[in-house]
Amino acid sequence: MPISTEDIRYVAFLARITFAPEELKRFATQLETILEYIEQLEELDVSDVRPTTHVLPVKNVLRKDEKRESLSSEAVMKNAPSKQNAFFKVPRIIQDK
Amino acid sequence: MKLSELTAHQLKESYKKGGTSPTEVCKALFTAVDRLDPIIHAFVYLDREKILARAKELEQRPYERPLWGIPVAIKDILCVEGEPTTCASKILEGFCPPYNATVIEYLKAAGAILFGKTNMDEFAFGSSTETSCYGPTKNPWHVDRIPGGSSGGSCACVSAGQVPLSLGSDTGGSIRQPASMCGVVGLKPTYGRVSRYGLIAFASSLDQVGPIARDIPDCALLAEIISRHDPRDATSVAIETPPYSALLQKDITGLTLGVPREYFAEGIHADVGGALQDALKTLKGLGAKTVSISLPHTKYAVADYYIVAPAEASSNLARFDGVQYGYRSQTAPYSAEHGPLIDMYLNTRREGFGAEAKRRIMLGTHALSSGYYEAYYLRALKVRSLIRGDFDEAFKKCDCIITPTSPTTAFGIGERLADPLSMYLSDILTISANLSGIPGISLPCGFDPQGLPIGLQILARPFDEQLIFNVGYAFQCATDFHTKRPGLAAGKDA
Amino acid sequence: MDFETVIGLEVHVQLSTASKVFCGCGTLFGEAANTQTCPVCLGLPGSLPVLNKEAFRKAIKAALALNCEIAEITKFDRKHYFYPDLPKNFQISQFDMPFSRDGQLEIIIEEGIKRIGITRVHLEEDAGKLMHMADGDNSLVDFNRAGTPLLEIVSEPDMSSPEEAYAYLTELKAVMEYIEVSDCDMEKGSLRCDANISLRPRGTAGLGAKVEIKNMNSFKAVRAALQYEVNRQHDLLADGKTVVQETRLWDADGLYTTPMRGKEESHDYRYFPEPDLPLFEISRQMVADIRSGLPEMPARRRERFVSEYRLSEYDAGVLTQDKALADYFEEVLVDYNNPKMVANWLMGDILAYLSATNMTITEVKMTPQSLAKALKLQEDGVISGKIQKQILPVLLKEGKDPEAYVKEAGLAQISDEDELSRIVERVIAANPASVQSYREGKEKALGFLVGGVMKETRGKANPQLVNQLLKERLDTSNT
Repeated sequence: MPISTEDIRYVAFLARITFAPEELKRFATQLETILEYIEQLEELDVSDVRPTTHVLPVKNVLRKDEKRESLSSEAVMKNAPSKQNAFFKVPRIIQDK
Repeated sequence: MKLSELTAHQLKESYKKGGTSPTEVCKALFTAVDRLDPIIHAFVYLDREKILARAKELEQRPYERPLWGIPVAIKDILCVEGEPTTCASKILEGFCPPYNATVIEYLKAAGAILFGKTNMDEFAFGSSTETSCYGPTKNPWHVDRIPGGSSGGSCACVSAGQVPLSLGSDTGGSIRQPASMCGVVGLKPTYGRVSRYGLIAFASSLDQVGPIARDIPDCALLAEIISRHDPRDATSVAIETPPYSALLQKDITGLTLGVPREYFAEGIHADVGGALQDALKTLKGLGAKTVSISLPHTKYAVADYYIVAPAEASSNLARFDGVQYGYRSQTAPYSAEHGPLIDMYLNTRREGFGAEAKRRIMLGTHALSSGYYEAYYLRALKVRSLIRGDFDEAFKKCDCIITPTSPTTAFGIGERLADPLSMYLSDILTISANLSGIPGISLPCGFDPQGLPIGLQILARPFDEQLIFNVGYAFQCATDFHTKRPGLAAGKDA
Repeated sequence: MDFETVIGLEVHVQLSTASKVFCGCGTLFGEAANTQTCPVCLGLPGSLPVLNKEAFRKAIKAALALNCEIAEITKFDRKHYFYPDLPKNFQISQFDMPFSRDGQLEIIIEEGIKRIGITRVHLEEDAGKLMHMADGDNSLVDFNRAGTPLLEIVSEPDMSSPEEAYAYLTELKAVMEYIEVSDCDMEKGSLRCDANISLRPRGTAGLGAKVEIKNMNSFKAVRAALQYEVNRQHDLLADGKTVVQETRLWDADGLYTTPMRGKEESHDYRYFPEPDLPLFEISRQMVADIRSGLPEMPARRRERFVSEYRLSEYDAGVLTQDKALADYFEEVLVDYNNPKMVANWLMGDILAYLSATNMTITEVKMTPQSLAKALKLQEDGVISGKIQKQILPVLLKEGKDPEAYVKEAGLAQISDEDELSRIVERVIAANPASVQSYREGKEKALGFLVGGVMKETRGKANPQLVNQLLKERLDTSNT
C-alpha cells in the first residue's frame, strides 16, 4: 500500500507531529520502504487465525476498591513546565479569543 | 584482580570475608567510569554523592541481603524517584519521576546500590544506541562500532568493567542483541515474569525488564531478585520464581536442543554461523542432543513486529505533549490554523522527538488509523498467533532452542542509521521471542577475526528461565568466552 | 411537510466507589486541585492500570438493571485523542467487546409505557477538568477527576420528543439511584448527557443529518436544548434547506445552540486492545449473584404501587422516582395502612417541605413510624387536618413523638359536644347576618360560621362535629 503525502500529513496531524517539507519527503520514502516490507504479511492466509491481544493466559486481574494515599500536590506539580498554583497551565485551545 | 573486574558473586564473597567494602567498590568503579566513560559513553547520569551515601548507609546495617552493596546500573527507561529519567529523549528533558519502578524497589530492598542511569536508543527505538539525544555509546571492544541496542549503555558498562550488573529492557531484542555485541550475558524473561510498573512503555505487550551481567550466576542472581509478582502490573504473573542462582546445575545430559533451520539460513554471517556450530558441538559434548526444528513463520517476524510495536509505541508516546512534565516548546505558534494549544503540541513533539521516534509514531499511527486497522494491526495480531504457534510446536520436540543472537557482530557507527529497514532487520533473530512472550538469553560464544564478540541465544518455554540458566551455566563451565574482557577495560584504573 | 423527531442519548454516569477505576486515588468531589492523583491517573510514564473490582461489579449491576446482556468475555481498548484534560492522550475505554449490550429502559409517556432500547453500556475512565482562564490566553488543568470510573450508556435512537428524552433521563437516574451505583448529581458532574437529534419526514425510515448537542447541565436543559433543535431543524427543513451534520453547544443563558467553535476534530480514535489489561471473563455465576442482589426496579415498583395500593399512575410515579421516598412510604404503611392518605400527605406537605428545605426524605427527623402515628391521630379525630398541617413541619424538623407533641402543645381536637355547642351558640349570636343569609338558602354562609367556630377554638374544633352542631342548631330554630 503506497502512502501519499496527503496520508502522511493526515497521520502526522493525528499524532500531533509536523515535518518540514524536505523532512516530509524523506519520511515518506522511508515509510514506503518499510510498508512495502510489511506487505509480505499479506501472503499469509489468516482468515481462521485468532488474534493475539495478550500473550499470556492471564485473566480477571482486579484490585480491591481501597483508597490509597495520593501524591502530594508538590510532587505532582514539580515537573510542570508551566503552572499556576496547583494547576497545570496550558495555552488556550481556540485560535480566536 | 581489580575491584572493577569482580562479578557480583565475587564481590559478595569479598564482602563476607571483609576483603572490601561497598564504599571502596563504588570508588573503584568511579575510577573506571572516569577513565572509560569519556570513551564509550555508557552513562547519562551518575550521582556519586548519592551512591556513596547509599554505600555508607548500607555499611551501617551490614546484614545478609542478596545484593547487599552490589552496584547495579539502570537503563534510563526505568523510573527512579527523584532522579532524571529521560529515555534518552529530549522530550523528557528534566523529568524526575515522583515514584520508583517496582524493580527499583526490589533492588533497593535487596540491598543493591543504584549506580547511575545508562544510555539507550531514544525510547528504546533502535538496535545501536545511536538514536539517543545524548549521543551514541561506543562498543568497548571496538570504539568505532556500535554496542548494539537499545540497552547499549547497560551492556557496554558491564562489559567495560564500570559496574558488575545492570538492568535493561527488551522489546525486540534490546537486551540480548547488545549483550551479544558487547560480550556479556543478558536475559529477556518470560513476558509477565518481571513487573513493568515504572518501565516507561515502548510496546506494552512486548516489553520486559531483564538483567545484564558478565556470567550466568550473576545474571541468574539479578533475575531472581527482580522476578516477583507485582499487584500494580496486571500483566505480572502470580507465579513463584525459583532461586535460580542456587539451583544452577551444569549437568545437561539428555536435554534436547532444537536448532531451527530458519535461524541458520542466509543473512547469518559466516563467523557467527561458525561460532554457533562450535557452541553446539560443545553442548553436545556435555551430553545434550540436538534436533533440527522449523519455525516456519520466522521470516514474517520483523514485518509483524514493525506493526505491533510501533502501533503500541504511538499510543504510549501520545502522553508526551508538554502539559505535565518534560519538554515544552517555547516556539511561538506558527500557524493560524490550529490555535495555540495544538501549536504547542505540534512544536513540542516536533522538537522533542528524534527522527526514529517520529518514524515509529508515524508508522504506528498509520497502522491504527481508520481504514487501515484491519489490514495492518489486526492482521499483525493474527500473524503473531502463528509465530507463537511455531514455538508451541517446536517445544514438543525439544527442551530449548539454540540460535545466534544477531546475524552479525557489532556494525560500524553510522553504518545503518540512514537505512531504517536494515537496522530493523538486525533484530530478526530476537524479535520472535517477544512476539511469543517466551524467555531468551544471550551469552558470549566466540569472537570474530576483528575480536568482536559473538552471542549465543537460548530460548525456552514460558517460565523456563531455570533451564536457560542451566544450559548457559553448563556452557560457561566448559568455555572461557565470558571471562574475556575488552582491551580497553584492561587499562590501568587501579 | 410533517416531520418526526429521532433522539438518542449518550449518558455518562460516574460510579460511586472509594477509589478510582484503575488506581487507589480517592474519588471525592471538590478537593483541592491535583491532590487526588498518583502516577497512574496522571498517566505518568511507566505507570500501569489495574481494574477496580467494585467498579467492575457496579458496572455489571447497572447493566443488569438496564436489562442488558452481559458478555462472557470483555476487554478494554485505548481511544486516542489529544486533549489537555486527558493525561495519556488516550482514554481507557471499551470498543468492540463492551461488557454489556442490548438492554432496555421503560419510560412513562402520555400514551402509556414506552421501551427505549439501550445499545450498550461500557466502562471507562473519566478525564480531568479544564478551566479556561479569564485572560483568555491560558487554561488550567486539574486531574482530580481523571480516572473516576465512568459508565457510558448509549441508547438507541428510540425517543421521538424532548419530553421522552426527559422521561428517559429521569427514569435512568431513578434506576441508578435504586441500585446505589451512582449519586447521579448533574451539578457535580456525576451524570452527564449528550444528545443526538435528527428530523425526518414522518413515516420514513432513514435518518436525517444527525446533530450532536453537548454542554447541557440539567435534565431541563436537555429538554430545552432538544426542543430548540427540533424547532431549528424543522424550520430549516420546512424552508427546503439542509441540516448540517455537526456538534452544537447548548447555551444555557441564551437558550440556544451554536456550532462548536474551532476545527472539527476528526473522529479517528485509533482504538486498539489495551495491552496493560488482560481479558476479563464474567462468569454466569457472578452475573446470577449480582442479578439476585438487585432491588425491585422503579418501573416494577410503580406497577405494584398501582395494583397493590390502588394509587394513580401519577402518584405511583412520583413516589417511586426516589427509592428512599418509596421505601419511606411503604414503611409508613406497615403501621398505618391507608395508602391513599399516606400518599397524599407525602406528595403534598412533605415533598413541599423537602423542596423548601432542600433536603431528602432520609435527612428529615420524622420517622415513618411517627408519620403513621400522626396520621392515625388524625383518623381517630384527635387532631384535625388543619392541625396536621401545622404539626408536620415540626415533626419533620425536630423528630418529636406526635402524640406527646399534640398533648404538650394543647393541639388535640375539641370533640366535646357540650363545649362546642356553647361556642356554636356564641358564634350564631354574634353573626346574625350570616344566620340570616344561611336561612335564605345561601349555603356559603355556613362556611363562614364554621370558620368562626374554628377561630374561637384556634383550629382545634372537630370540623365534622361543628358542621353537624351548626346545622342542627340553625335548622331547628328555622322550624
